[in-house]
Amino acid sequence: MTELIARQVTRELPGPVPVTLVRGIDLEVHPGEFVAITGPSGSGKSSLLYLLGLLDRPTAGTIVMDGLDTTTLTADQAADLRLARLGFVFQFHFLLPEFSAQTNVEIPMRKLGRLDDRAARRRAQELLDMLGLADHRGKRPDQLSGGQRQRVAIARALANDPPVLLADEPTGNLDSHSAQVVFELFRDLAHDQGRSVVAVTHDVQLAALADRRVTLVDGSIVTT
Amino acid sequence: MALPLGLHIALQHLLHRRRQTLVSLLGVSLGVAFFIAIASMMQGFQRDFIARIIDIQPHVIVKDDFREPPRQPVEQVYEGGAVDLRGLKPREETRGIRGARNMLAALDEEPGIHVAPTLSGNILLRFGGKDVSANVTGLVPEQQRKVTHLEKDLIAGTSLDALYTTANGIIIGDGVAKRGGIRMDDLISVVSPVGVVLKMKVVGIFSSGVTLVDNFETYVLLKKAQILQNRANVINRVNVRLDDVEQAAPLAARIERQFGYRAEPWQEQSRNVLGIFVIQNVIMYSTVSAILIVACFGIFNVISTVVFEKTRDIGILKSMGFRDADIRRIFVMEGLMVGILGTLIGWSLGYGIVEFMGTLKFDMEGFVKAQGFILYRTPRHYAISGAMAIVSATLAAWVPARRASRLNPVDIVRGAG
Repeated sequence: MTELIARQVTRELPGPVPVTLVRGIDLEVHPGEFVAITGPSGSGKSSLLYLLGLLDRPTAGTIVMDGLDTTTLTADQAADLRLARLGFVFQFHFLLPEFSAQTNVEIPMRKLGRLDDRAARRRAQELLDMLGLADHRGKRPDQLSGGQRQRVAIARALANDPPVLLADEPTGNLDSHSAQVVFELFRDLAHDQGRSVVAVTHDVQLAALADRRVTLVDGSIVTT
Repeated sequence: MALPLGLHIALQHLLHRRRQTLVSLLGVSLGVAFFIAIASMMQGFQRDFIARIIDIQPHVIVKDDFREPPRQPVEQVYEGGAVDLRGLKPREETRGIRGARNMLAALDEEPGIHVAPTLSGNILLRFGGKDVSANVTGLVPEQQRKVTHLEKDLIAGTSLDALYTTANGIIIGDGVAKRGGIRMDDLISVVSPVGVVLKMKVVGIFSSGVTLVDNFETYVLLKKAQILQNRANVINRVNVRLDDVEQAAPLAARIERQFGYRAEPWQEQSRNVLGIFVIQNVIMYSTVSAILIVACFGIFNVISTVVFEKTRDIGILKSMGFRDADIRRIFVMEGLMVGILGTLIGWSLGYGIVEFMGTLKFDMEGFVKAQGFILYRTPRHYAISGAMAIVSATLAAWVPARRASRLNPVDIVRGAG
């Protein structure tokens, strides 16, 4: 499985007054490990997650995935790596509103092309069933509750069976019970399926469900 | 079988904004349909006109005239010198083509070229107290047959040979007949500028369909024309017809070089009208382009709105692993779909309009006479209009598509919370 390593990662926004989002981050996430990133608002939690997920590039330092220095990749190579090896869950579900839950989950698989249409359909069904959405496969996002939408988003993140799952405040719009269920699911995905899971949360109780908790303040890690 | 993913997403975007998509489609369809209808009508008229003048007129006319006025000997000797001649009295030249027989023989020997000598001039037709001005062309029927299709256009009378069988016979255009109230077999007085008056009998009336020709042209035997003009044994025109009409301009240039006389190919004879056609075509293409541009603004608007509305979707697609080019392709495909569908609808609509115009019957008299629209149907109109619509629709989609592909997913997911 995949190991994710950040070495001395710094991200600075250029401008008349440069803003440092994260500074000198050293972090290792091992296969089968569930890491929670916590910290106050504006501490750089999401910025770090976007850097780990290759959505953003560090201005200094490196991010290594399975021995590959991802900072040397082109934008297209990074996109290909995201498609095949990374799954994202955001605070907002970001489901495509014109498509059913089933089709939303099928989209990453159809894009990757590893499975044929029939196999992709079957896997999407399995993922939705696993997340308790068997009766909601044909519904569009506006016909689902907040918790159901977020579970569809998780199913979509898992569609291409990525070894790394990254979640940015995935429970921000959920009630406490649904939030608990989601974090327990992340823990199971790490422990039972050997995935590396990194979740950003400001909820200390939820963070306690993770194997390890990393706290950021002003863009730097203060405890790990 | 499922649609390709990009196409599937693009289609859903368009279906989601059904009303705007329909308006854009309508714009493209109307642009295409009007192009086909207008092009068919205008080119139909233009081609008909050209076909008629090629049919009825000689392809090259050699005139007893020079393109450049003859230069004075002193100007030839001191070329470029400070020579200024004033108060010159030009020499009275006897009009007519000198050495016409040699010219006719030389041209007649060449393959694919047919020649006929004529003498043209102005006359006045007097009938029933009414005077009608006209041009008279003296011709030799058996030679004239080879250079024009005058005989085919006879609507009264059957043959040019009637000029031989009737003493002082004349063939007139139906416009001339109408203006003078003249009918077949009428006896009319023909008065020439030199004062010769002949009583002539109408042995034929023709209708070429070209208004100018039908309203002013008359034909008599060459000998009679020479009598009318008081110019015995003179010809002032050599009419040339070619098997390959496209060779008219080079042949005219060659004749001018060889014989010195002005030789006008059919394009030059009808230069005014052909010039109007160019302007007409420019107006047509500009009008249709304007319609398509407006339609493209519609497409641009739809796709820009979709890009704006779908910013979050673009963010998630990119975070999922869609490349910039994939995103761009989705939105360009939307423009392409509107372009293709609009073209197909426009083709059907255009076909319908053209066929409808074809059923309309009315008398029209402009450069040519016709009963209803003269339409030219060609796949080229469909190909040009389709290509214009699809290319412009794609270009209209390209700008917002490029903007979409450049959106930074981090900015989107940060702003969406």
